[in-house]
Amino acid sequence: MSLLEVSGLRVTFATPDGDLQAVRGVSFEVEAGQTLGVVGESGSGKSVSVQALLGLVPGARVEGSALFDGEQLIGMPAERLRRIRGARIGMVFQDPLSSLHPMYSVGRQIAEAVLVHRKVSKDQAWSVARERLEQVGIPAVRVRDYPHQFSGGMRQRVMIAMAMALDPELIIADEPTTALDATVRAQILELLGRLGCALIIITHDLGVIADMADEVMVMYAGKPVEKAGRRDLFRDPRHPYTRGLLNSLPHGKERLQPITGRPPSLLSPPSGCSFHPRCPVRIPRCPIEEPPMLGPDDHPDACWLEVGR
Amino acid sequence: MSLLEVSDVRKYFPIKSGIFFQREVGRVHAVDGVSLSVEAGETLGVVGESGCGKSTLARCMTGLHEVTSGTIAFDGDVRRDVQMVFQDPYGSLNPRRRIGSIIADPLVIHREGTPSSRRGRVRDLMALVGLNPEHYNRFPAEFSGGQRQRVGIARALALNPRLVVCDEPVSALDVSIQAQVVNLLKDLQTELGLTYVFIAHDLSVVRYVSDRVAVMYLGKIVEIAPGEELYERPRHPYTAALLSAASVADPDRPRDRVVLRGDVPSPISPPSGCRFHPRCPKAQERCRVEEPLLLGDGHKWACHFPLEPGERLRSAEVGR
Repeated sequence: MSLLEVSGLRVTFATPDGDLQAVRGVSFEVEAGQTLGVVGESGSGKSVSVQALLGLVPGARVEGSALFDGEQLIGMPAERLRRIRGARIGMVFQDPLSSLHPMYSVGRQIAEAVLVHRKVSKDQAWSVARERLEQVGIPAVRVRDYPHQFSGGMRQRVMIAMAMALDPELIIADEPTTALDATVRAQILELLGRLGCALIIITHDLGVIADMADEVMVMYAGKPVEKAGRRDLFRDPRHPYTRGLLNSLPHGKERLQPITGRPPSLLSPPSGCSFHPRCPVRIPRCPIEEPPMLGPDDHPDACWLEVGR
Repeated sequence: MSLLEVSDVRKYFPIKSGIFFQREVGRVHAVDGVSLSVEAGETLGVVGESGCGKSTLARCMTGLHEVTSGTIAFDGDVRRDVQMVFQDPYGSLNPRRRIGSIIADPLVIHREGTPSSRRGRVRDLMALVGLNPEHYNRFPAEFSGGQRQRVGIARALALNPRLVVCDEPVSALDVSIQAQVVNLLKDLQTELGLTYVFIAHDLSVVRYVSDRVAVMYLGKIVEIAPGEELYERPRHPYTAALLSAASVADPDRPRDRVVLRGDVPSPISPPSGCRFHPRCPKAQERCRVEEPLLLGDGHKWACHFPLEPGERLRSAEVGR
């Protein structure tokens, strides 16, 4: 059994313009200790699909199934979900400044997380905080400092210290390095790579995927279009969207080959395959019928061309 | 003569304190003694991390900031012939004005043509950057990020400038849209004979567009060289660290990133000597006291102990 098994996840927001289908049927698994990379552009549903599992998208309709260590997360009472969130599943967000409370010292924020979930004394909780800060490379003497006294990279380390405070089995990192500079980004990736627990990294940066992920899921318009091991994805991309993404990146001085057009509106996604209006190799079937995930189990993609392969 | 000659330019921002009698309590040394030249027809890339002064340098070049000291000599009329493309396609367009009038602004300011000739020019510009000229009357909110950036480019081109300073022109855009805008900028350069200063933190995009690349750290240029030379044979340890930390979509790239210690120090009181010395794996006593000069011919670097060709920078305290 996988640590996390998500199947048929759908997330819908009711808007004045009609239902917005942010996630339209996502399935994936994460094994213990493994890193899953979820990659896609803005609006692909990559963040929402993971946040929805943890009950972090208020006002949305969430359907489908998500088994965490055998327990169904979807529809779980808020109080029970809260016990899992933080204790067994840690989270790291893109913007550490808005995820940390500006008026509490970082030590207090970590200690509080420990006190909420564990029956320990205050002193013990603070010593956990000090220990975790040391682990992420922040001297324990800074335990009583406030978030504004840290730089962006240090704040992200604090976030990671907080996420790992209770030895979770899974950490979800949503664009953990997007707000950071290159040299600091490298430090944070190094740190995330050393955590040892299962990790879901959500990112738009194919470089992060190439560095970190064991398995990769590529998302487009609220759906996965391709899943593969890290090397397979870069060496043998199958779905035209994945190929388009990789061709959009500079390789030496060859002219870039961008994907034409732009991502569709999720209020009224295109018929059939949602990538067909931008696809350079579409066939008559694409606008009519939606392709399921096809191909080998370790490298499926949602493209009708797979049928002919 | 070069198209643009920047000599020993400094730009300091005063930090004031107090409510009534504002005393200057310090200065942010945003750009601190930068000299470089931009040749007609080339693309000069400028890379560096946030706070290194690359955007301030761009604003000095376009005349948006007055320099504290030093000179910027431009072969032409700075106000007409130097234009800028901004990073944020949302913040740089007035949401309450129509696209057509935004693009026409430079023409109006410089009293070019009649209202109807301007309208024609705006339509031509919109077609040039790949926008539908019929969308003349639309508002910025009706456009996507990539399209807005095209509006910003059209506005920058309205007066037929000779130099366009692009400050992070694609970093707010999704990958697939980034490539569209980068290709557009390249095509426009060939078509119109433009010169670019291209500022970005994405090293692979800069490598792709630039003929020469300057690396900035804490208000100074630490290395400048022809693009391929800089990427293949970096001499300054900071350049090497930056390159090894860059995001590269290649799963087989060796993962021996040079992880630098700590963060970039504050530009309010930059370190003595070489500004990179507190983080440099090769630093010695001399680096702490004596500031290295930017020397060399074609490939210049400012370092007392540069990397020899082929030398690898060893990692400083990996993971810390």
